Parts: sequence; C-alpha cells; structure tokens
Amino acid sequence: MVAAAGGIALTIVLAAVAGLALLSRRRAVRAVSRVYVEVFRGTSEVVQLFWIFFVLPALVGYQIIPLGAGILVLGLNHGAYGAEIVRGAVQAVPRAQYEGSLALSLSPYDRMTRVILPQALVEMLPPFNNLFIQLLKSTALLSLVVVDEVVRQGQLLVPNLGVGETLTIYLVELVIFLLLGLGITAVMRLLERRAAARLGRTPVTRARVGEPA
Amino acid sequence: MPSEPPSEPMIVFDRVEKRFGDNVVLSDLSFAVAPGEHVTLIGPSGSGKTTILRLLMCLEPVTEGTIRVGGRYLTHMERRGRLVRADEKHSREVRKGIGMVFQQFNLFPNMTVRGNLTEAPTRVLGLSKHEADARAEELLEMIGLADRIDEHPSRLSGGQQQRVAIARALAMRPAVLLLDEVTSALDPELVAGVLNLLRRIGETTDITILCVTHEMGFARGFSDRVMMFDRGRVLEEAPPEKLFTHPENPRTQEFLEAVLERP
Ligand SMILES: Nc1ncnc2c1ncn2[C@@H]1O[C@H](COP(=O)(O)OP(=O)(O)OP(=O)(O)O)[C@@H](O)[C@H]1O
Ligand SMILES: [Mg+2]
Repeated sequence: MVAAAGGIALTIVLAAVAGLALLSRRRAVRAVSRVYVEVFRGTSEVVQLFWIFFVLPALVGYQIIPLGAGILVLGLNHGAYGAEIVRGAVQAVPRAQYEGSLALSLSPYDRMTRVILPQALVEMLPPFNNLFIQLLKSTALLSLVVVDEVVRQGQLLVPNLGVGETLTIYLVELVIFLLLGLGITAVMRLLERRAAARLGRTPVTRARVGEPA
Repeated sequence: MPSEPPSEPMIVFDRVEKRFGDNVVLSDLSFAVAPGEHVTLIGPSGSGKTTILRLLMCLEPVTEGTIRVGGRYLTHMERRGRLVRADEKHSREVRKGIGMVFQQFNLFPNMTVRGNLTEAPTRVLGLSKHEADARAEELLEMIGLADRIDEHPSRLSGGQQQRVAIARALAMRPAVLLLDEVTSALDPELVAGVLNLLRRIGETTDITILCVTHEMGFARGFSDRVMMFDRGRVLEEAPPEKLFTHPENPRTQEFLEAVLERP
C-alpha cells in the first residue's frame, strides 16, 4: 500500500518533468529525457529492482531500505511510461490553441500553464488510470526484496497451512488487488469528470462507439 | 477615413519574401497601410492572403525583407546599429499592438467567456482583475452577450463564439486588427451578426484593419482599399467602388465574376 502510494506520487512527478522535457525546445534536454524514458521503459522491472537493491549498494556502499528501493523502481519505471502520456496529450492539443494564445501575446510560460496543459490534462487521466493500476500490480514484485506488501504477507502464512486455507489466501490477495484497483479507478474517474466539466464538457456530450452521428 | 496621407504608416511590408522550402508564396511584396485604414485582401485560394496575416502575427518568419508595425520593426530589431532578426521577446512586445481573429475562433475551451476575455489583459497588460472584468463586461454588452459571461464557449453558437473571439482581440486594445475569413466557418444565418459587429467596430474605433474575406458585399462597404492578390503579388489595388466595378486587370475580372457567381 505505502509502496503503491509512494510509487504513484513519484510517477506523477517524473512523468510531468520528463514528459515536458521531451517537448523542450533544447535538444540536450530532450535527449536526456529520451534516454531516461527508453532505459526504464525498455528494461525489466525485476532487473531494475535487483540493480537498485543489490548492485547499487555494492557500488556505493550504502543500502537503501527495501521500501525505498521499491518506491524508487516503481516510480522510475512507471514515470517513463507516464512521460510519454504527458508528451502525447500535450501534442494532441490542437495547434490552433497555441496560435490563439500567441495572438494574445501570452508568454511561453502562460501559454503552457494556462492554455495547453489544462486541456491536455483531461486526455491524460484515462491512460494514467491504466498506469496506476499496473503500478499497483507491480507491487507484487517487491515481495522479492522482502517488502511487506500483499503477496509477501500471503507467502509468510502459506507454509503453515493446508491446501484449502492456502487457496483462501490467494483468493484474498486477488480480491485485495481488485478492490485497490477499483479504488484508483473511482478516484481517476472523479478527476476526469471534474476536468471535463472545466472544459465545459459533460459526459453526455462525449462520443460513444456505435452512436448514430 | 484619413483624407491626407499621414506621415508614418501603421503597417509597412518592405520587399518581403516568404518561402516554404522551394515554394515561394510571397515575393518582393511591398505595401503600406495607414493608421485607421481598412484594407481588404482578396484573391484566389493559395495566393498568400493568410500567409500575410500570419507573418504579421509572427506565426511564421519572413525569409527576406522586413515588416514594420506602428513605426517599429516587427521581424527585426536594432542591435548596435545593425538590424538583426527579432527574438521572441521583441516580437511579442511589438505584437501586443496587434490582434487577430481566426476562421475557427480558437477560443480557449478550458476557460469561461470571462476567462477568455480577461486572461491576456491581466497577464500581458497587467490590468487588475477588476479592470479586466469591467472591460470584458463592456465588450460583451456591445456584442450582446453580457448574460453569457460565465458560460463555456462550447455552449455558444458559432456566430456567438466568433463574436466573443472578436471581443477577446479587442480587450487587448490593439492598434491593428487582423481578420482571416472570420465568417467562412459559420452557418449562413449567423454571418450577418458577425459582419454587423465588424461594421460597428469599423465605424466607432480608429483601429487599423486588415481583412481577408470572400464576402464581397461586406468588403465593398467596409474597406477604404481593396488589394487583389495572385501568386503572392499585388495584381491590382483600388478603392472598392473602383475595383469592384471597373477592375483593370483581366485576372481580377475573372476572379470577381467567379466569386460573385457563387451561391
Ligand atoms: N505551413 C506551411 N507549410 C508549407 N506551405 C504552406 C504553409 N502555409 C501555407 N503554405 C502554402 O502557401 C501558399 C499560400 O497559402 P495561404 O494560406 O496564404 O493562401 P490563402 O490566400 O490564404 O488561400 P485561401 O483563400 O485558400 O485561404 C499555399 O500554396 C500553401 O500551400
Ligand atoms: Mg487563407
């Protein structure tokens, strides 16, 4: 739970920073962000976890607490995916909006924070919902480095139990994940509705598949 | 409108060229517009009318030549006695005096009508919220939409949105207003309301207006001068009474016949 919450917080920060960096006018800034995204998106979470938990301490001689290492890996990894979501959503805002704000002489900072980002935000929320649920499920990995998350707590109980009770525990784990996932979705839906309302949209006016045009 | 030619024109294009790759859209274009003058640009599709307005808005850089607005270089700036290309800050400063209205309105959907009208005056001109609000209310009163101030633009009809977009540009108190086919995206029954508003602005303010339109009837009453473009050059320019009734250039004649025939 703590790992998931910490991971989500770190994901949001990294996604915002790296995503905007991907859109920077400066080539060097774009390059740095691109390397970060490709490295953490392109390598396995388990391998990243082992590096941070086992290899890094050997190199720098300092052991990160397991929970800290877990949050770091979850955040770095999902932040890389999130960066692409941010970049995509900002680029999906029509160019006309940029031109409209330019025609009013708004500064580059105001153009981004007052016009482009508020519109991009609505488009970001559904993919971020996906990402957070994936992050939640990834907390199962942390049992590998003995963080007391859901799966690990189950494992600790299993050796002393019979088959039926073991099944029950696995079932409970499933339900816990499902409930937490639904919780995330509920929060994101709420945010989505509020953001859409700010754009003067209501759910009713949005297109649905199969609707006559 | 001004009877004697004023000393300093409001807009000066001096030997401007605009290329997109190999495509020369404007070549060696020079013209001037006097303060308070209303100039309409007409010409076939692709002749470069929109490009002229976009250059003025710094949405595109010129490839050759210079543009001056209100006596100051827009495309360039003086550095140690030499003319160098303007940076973003310089163009923004000069551009503050220019407003533009687009074919597709380009209102900000994440703000209410009030937000659209007060955002730039508070952030760019430094007006207090109170002053900006007063200005917005006054403008909405003029365009007959005072009661819609706290609604989102998406709730308004196309014609209403375009009137709000015009008010948004006026809220910056520009010296120059650029209008790019502002009625082409509207349903026919909504066009008249927008054109009436423009006529009123033309009569009650001294804003210099550069306007691209296919509404020839409107252009006739509204403009002091009409410029006919073809392939990035001025084919012919004259007061509307003359250009619409006795065009000298055969291509202008052809173009006018084609446009006036349209339903
Ligand atoms: N961003 C761009 N990149 C490349 N070519 C462009 C770009 N913008 C305009 N052009 C070209 O410049 C030429 C002039 O375009 P412009 O939009 O100024 O014409 P216009 O007179 O406004 O036409 P219309 O009446 O159809 O609006 C066209 O050939 C167009 O293809
Ligand atoms: Mg055009």
